[in-house]
Amino acid sequence: MRWTWIDRFVTFESGKSATAVKNLSLAEDHFADHFPGFPVMPAPLILEGLAQTGGILVGEARQYRENVVLAKMSNAKFHRDALAGEQLTYTTTLIDLNDTGARVSATAHSGTDLVAEVEILFAHANPSQLPPGLPDTKFVFSGELTHLLRLAAAVSKPAPPTA
Amino acid sequence: MTREDIFGKVRTTLIDALSVDDDQVTPTARLRGDLGAESIDFLDIVFRLEKQFGVTIPREELFPESIFQGDSGYVANGKVTPGGLVELEKQMPYADLTDFKNDPRLDKVEDLFTVDLIVRYLEGKVAKK
Repeated sequence: MRWTWIDRFVTFESGKSATAVKNLSLAEDHFADHFPGFPVMPAPLILEGLAQTGGILVGEARQYRENVVLAKMSNAKFHRDALAGEQLTYTTTLIDLNDTGARVSATAHSGTDLVAEVEILFAHANPSQLPPGLPDTKFVFSGELTHLLRLAAAVSKPAPPTA
Repeated sequence: MTREDIFGKVRTTLIDALSVDDDQVTPTARLRGDLGAESIDFLDIVFRLEKQFGVTIPREELFPESIFQGDSGYVANGKVTPGGLVELEKQMPYADLTDFKNDPRLDKVEDLFTVDLIVRYLEGKVAKK
């Protein structure tokens, strides 16, 4: 099953911010049931898209060496429905980053309308914290996501020089 | 910064991180037992405290998790051994171990993490700034 909830990155500034867009197409299966005749983008899938945008921002800041896992979402607010046919812009900004994880603030806009906002906490899961027997201890930035990482790299600006 | 100031900021931090009411955040409140914190919340709390107080809190410093992991020899029959108590005191000099020493069951360790413990830890941290 495909689980990519952003279409492409439009800006990427290493260690600072990342912006991605998601086109809401009526052809997506979930719109058939959510809701029949009234295709509303399910709010959790907006959050997933924001987490994917922010998670790649966090991962890239450490050259994808760490497994970045979604840990907690706080203060999620939804200002209006997003309907099939709209394009959502997901903007994520890095607030904190350290060995244990990172915090990101995230918004979803349709045009100039604020659709949703949330604060996302990510944890760095190191191999000692993983269940035994995993075939690959680097399990986040692999497979389907590597395509997105290339899209992020394509629009990225180099990291600002550190003072 | 007075102890009162520190407590006030810690309270704000915990209200934001754990979505609890301000009257729940008393000095003796236990983070897990009384305020419902889960393991991931400790990460959140540390991030927010660093911002609030302008300090750096290294991994394992405020909430050491790995003391009793693995074959440390610090636990026997579900209780923290005398050697384990020494280690606990060393790693958490700001913790009040008086009651814990009388009944050093491993599952009671999490009760040491109270609001007051965070305040005492930060008193030391802020004084060194």
